[in-house]
Amino acid sequence: MNELPKTGKVEKGASLWRDAWQRLLKNRLAVFGLVVLILMSTAVIVGPAIIEWTTGYTYDFIPDDPTLYRSMPPSAAHWMGTDDAGRDIFARVLQGGRISLLVGIISTAVSLIVGVTYGSIAGYLGGRIDNVMMRIVDILYAIPYILIVIVLLAVFGSSNSPAWIKWLAATVGGEGNQGLSQIILLFFALGLVSWLTMARVVRGQVLSLKNQDFILAARATGVRVPGIIFRHIIPNTLGPVIVYATLTVPSVMLTEAFLSYLGLGVQPPYASWGSLANDGIKNLAIYPWQLIFPGLTMALTLFSLNFLGDGLRDALDPQTRKF
Amino acid sequence: MVRFIIKRILLIIPMALLVVTLTWGLIRMAPGTFYSSEKKLPAAIEKNIRERYGLDKPWYAQYGLMMGNVISGDLGISLKYEGQAVNEIIGRHLPYSAIIGIAAYLLALAVGLAAGTLAALRQNSFFDYASMSVALLGLSIPAFVLGPLLVLLFSFTLYLLPPARWGGVSALVLPVVTLAAVYAAYIARLTRAGMLEVLRSDYIRTARAKGLSERTILFRHALRGGLIPVVSFTGPALAGLLAGTVVVEKVFAIPGLGNIFIQSIFNRDEPLTLGIVAFISILIMVFNLAVDIAYGFLDPRIRYE
Repeated sequence: MNELPKTGKVEKGASLWRDAWQRLLKNRLAVFGLVVLILMSTAVIVGPAIIEWTTGYTYDFIPDDPTLYRSMPPSAAHWMGTDDAGRDIFARVLQGGRISLLVGIISTAVSLIVGVTYGSIAGYLGGRIDNVMMRIVDILYAIPYILIVIVLLAVFGSSNSPAWIKWLAATVGGEGNQGLSQIILLFFALGLVSWLTMARVVRGQVLSLKNQDFILAARATGVRVPGIIFRHIIPNTLGPVIVYATLTVPSVMLTEAFLSYLGLGVQPPYASWGSLANDGIKNLAIYPWQLIFPGLTMALTLFSLNFLGDGLRDALDPQTRKF
Repeated sequence: MVRFIIKRILLIIPMALLVVTLTWGLIRMAPGTFYSSEKKLPAAIEKNIRERYGLDKPWYAQYGLMMGNVISGDLGISLKYEGQAVNEIIGRHLPYSAIIGIAAYLLALAVGLAAGTLAALRQNSFFDYASMSVALLGLSIPAFVLGPLLVLLFSFTLYLLPPARWGGVSALVLPVVTLAAVYAAYIARLTRAGMLEVLRSDYIRTARAKGLSERTILFRHALRGGLIPVVSFTGPALAGLLAGTVVVEKVFAIPGLGNIFIQSIFNRDEPLTLGIVAFISILIMVFNLAVDIAYGFLDPRIRYE
């Protein structure tokens, strides 16, 4: 339902964003999601350093006499227990969270750049170009991309990755960093398959925007097509784009976890929530915490992201709000 | 309508060939071959192998050979499983995946439709909030976490159901529930949104004004319109189910198509990988077409060009 903004005082004009923010704060589940995400990001960023500083455990620290420390249940020293190599699972979960969240964010960014550019060009130019561009999207939609991604990662995984990805990995993380090139491959593979819906969303927005008066005014003052698209149209599509991007992050993270579970995603020495859960499943019957903690941490994060995305949709897009 | 269907069927063929070409290209661009191993093969043996599998021919001849195979419907011979036709292997392993997939989708439909409809009818009630939160939770737990957790609870703690492998209805319960959870959640959300929109529309008001019972309104009028989003979800759902079975088959050690697919990639068993990709792509495209046709019957407002 269309609600009028319930701002008490009138002295400050409520902008779209202010308005949306107010609406978001009223949605308890979305606020819960936002708080969890802020806490989770903080924990993931500073957590590993704090654990190392207080207890000396890092994600790949194996004690001198590992047999004494293997697969210990959660305790005061190891909040989430230890894995079958004697490593502290809490430190690993936090470190893995970095990779999982990074994959989610960077792949979403890739899909944003491609999808927004593609969708706005198709929508703005219209006519035959739009028709061809959107037909291509339709065709790509029908392709079971997950099969292609599986083949891509299996074929170009780690040591087989293309030269430019190896170069990128070497630049970011030093020479011979195979695990990193796999992660970079993952960014692109996941980003490049998740831009399709984004392109459709943006195109729909652009179609409704392009005939409005302010665009006409911009054109009349001589702004060129790229200027109109990037300066005038794209900023006005931000609402739905933000909503959709928020919902893309958890779906990309799920796909990453899925691939890591199959052994195609994040490779040692790196770990992600997916690969940690995969490690834990082997010992499910005897050491269940090795699965439970990474799995639930991941579920909590995805849950929060979904709640936040839903809340943002309601807040930013009151017209299409599902009652 | 007939023209639309024929057009779409004709479109499926080039699209399937595109997918196969893409997959073939990916496999071919990778360094190494299926016979490469730690030990270097003697040159003469390698030459024999290359001849045997047509690898000595130029790439376009190999591509033509592969395409000819795919088009003729004979997907060739597996490289790993000596002397077994790819068609045969797919035929042998498909039933496991199909049974789990179909059962999971039916379960998801039943649960999702019921929960979504009830939530829409009692909007903003406790049931609405509770079921939608559970649905969001269902969307957030990966199958490979949910599956093992269910095993932990029902097999290792309560000793009610077998933890893995194929055999009997009881062994089906956990894999099917694991696979169904995400789709039940999706369907519940789609149903709720669709029903809320429909319940406020004019034709429902008209039905009420005619004095029809709420039951008739719900089952004869509202559901038909409210289900359209669910129907259009069937296409992507099928694609997802097929990917989902990969995980569920691995978790529960079921010898389905998904397991074979992953193995074929690791084995570099090119004909088998290509065959499964082609088979699944065509299956998904045919389903998408069926869904588009079903639209027309559900919603007379939709017209085909």
